[in-house]
Amino acid sequence: MRWNTTATIEQLTEFICTIVQKTLKKKGVVIGMSGGIDSSVVAALCCRALGSQHVTGLALPEKDSSPESRELAASLAQKLGLDFIVEDLTNGLEGMGAYRRRDDAVKRVIPEYEPGCSFKIVLQSNPLVNQSYHVFYCHVIDKQGNVHEKRLPLQEYLQIVAASNMKQRMRMSMLYYHAEARNYAVAGTANRNEYDLGFFVKYGDGGADFMPICHILKSRIFQLAEELQIPQEIINRTPSTDTYPAHVSQEEFFFRLPFATLDAIWEAAGDGLTAAEIARQLNLHPEQVERVILDICQKHRNTLYLRTEPVRIQVEQIKKTW
Amino acid sequence: MLIECEDKKDVKLASVREIIRNFIYENFLFNDYTRTLSDQESFLESGIIDSTGVLELVTFIEETFAIKISDDELLPENLDSVGQLDQFIQQKKR
Repeated sequence: MRWNTTATIEQLTEFICTIVQKTLKKKGVVIGMSGGIDSSVVAALCCRALGSQHVTGLALPEKDSSPESRELAASLAQKLGLDFIVEDLTNGLEGMGAYRRRDDAVKRVIPEYEPGCSFKIVLQSNPLVNQSYHVFYCHVIDKQGNVHEKRLPLQEYLQIVAASNMKQRMRMSMLYYHAEARNYAVAGTANRNEYDLGFFVKYGDGGADFMPICHILKSRIFQLAEELQIPQEIINRTPSTDTYPAHVSQEEFFFRLPFATLDAIWEAAGDGLTAAEIARQLNLHPEQVERVILDICQKHRNTLYLRTEPVRIQVEQIKKTW
Repeated sequence: MLIECEDKKDVKLASVREIIRNFIYENFLFNDYTRTLSDQESFLESGIIDSTGVLELVTFIEETFAIKISDDELLPENLDSVGQLDQFIQQKKR
């Protein structure tokens, strides 16, 4: 592998220091810490770049969050020596009607659903198996333990996503509260898989002042985490959205194949290798590789809106009306 | 196959392909009739339809042609072009 982890960490540290102090002119950084590998890597990098006394970590749990998220975030914060704050967002989300709006939509699809039941939404497509659509299914375990799964119709899908996205947007709002109160910048924690394929919420976890790892694929993030001595419980934890009452892995929810396979194909295709060459290297069929590449391209194209800044009309584009 | 199709003014007979084509132009191409859409053009490859669009399309097909599309049938070989949709709907109506 041509990738040099130590040199990458040095570059990222320098980048963070320059961006925060010279470009953004801020005194430090606020990071939402989920107990996951991405936010842990960003926290460790920011501590190296700015000193842990200039880094504040926030755990932002709500009633559907796994308690493990907060515990792991707290223990990492202690290890890194950064200021750590817990802000529970449940009441705020209740006030905005996030749970009610989401639950109403779930109940229309699966009448057996009641608030408090375990539920998640998942994709069932797998580009290694066949080419199919990215259609979400609602998976509910009712109070008697029976499993119900149904394809989500358009209106209900949109309502569940819109209501669930309030969580990420409220987290962003709280991060900016703490950042502005300290004259700090907000660090984004999206990696390249999330950013390029649109697995983030616009103005939610996509709302940040800088994004130090959004050009790095997830498998490389694991390498950075090892080098940065992130605790193994965090490295080994299955990446999850942690936004639905039932545990749902990122692979189940969105990416649909293991990061190691996805990233190997992605990198090799980026290096100009053909599908046949990549297939030989990974012991796959060329058709499987082609479907994965097509899936990457489609997800990237279909989520362009998320990465688009507010569109402004340029003065040259309009006729003078004054 | 001709289907009874209601528009604002009257009820007329339209082919399945015509109905689908009109739906695609109205909902995904913003009535840009300068853009051509052949019967074979892949919705996925040309980026006309994304995952939300697929749900919109499925709802439209089920309601307009009074058919139910099962999870197993939700595949590009059935739904990915005007021609494939036509063939799929004709099979379902038999």
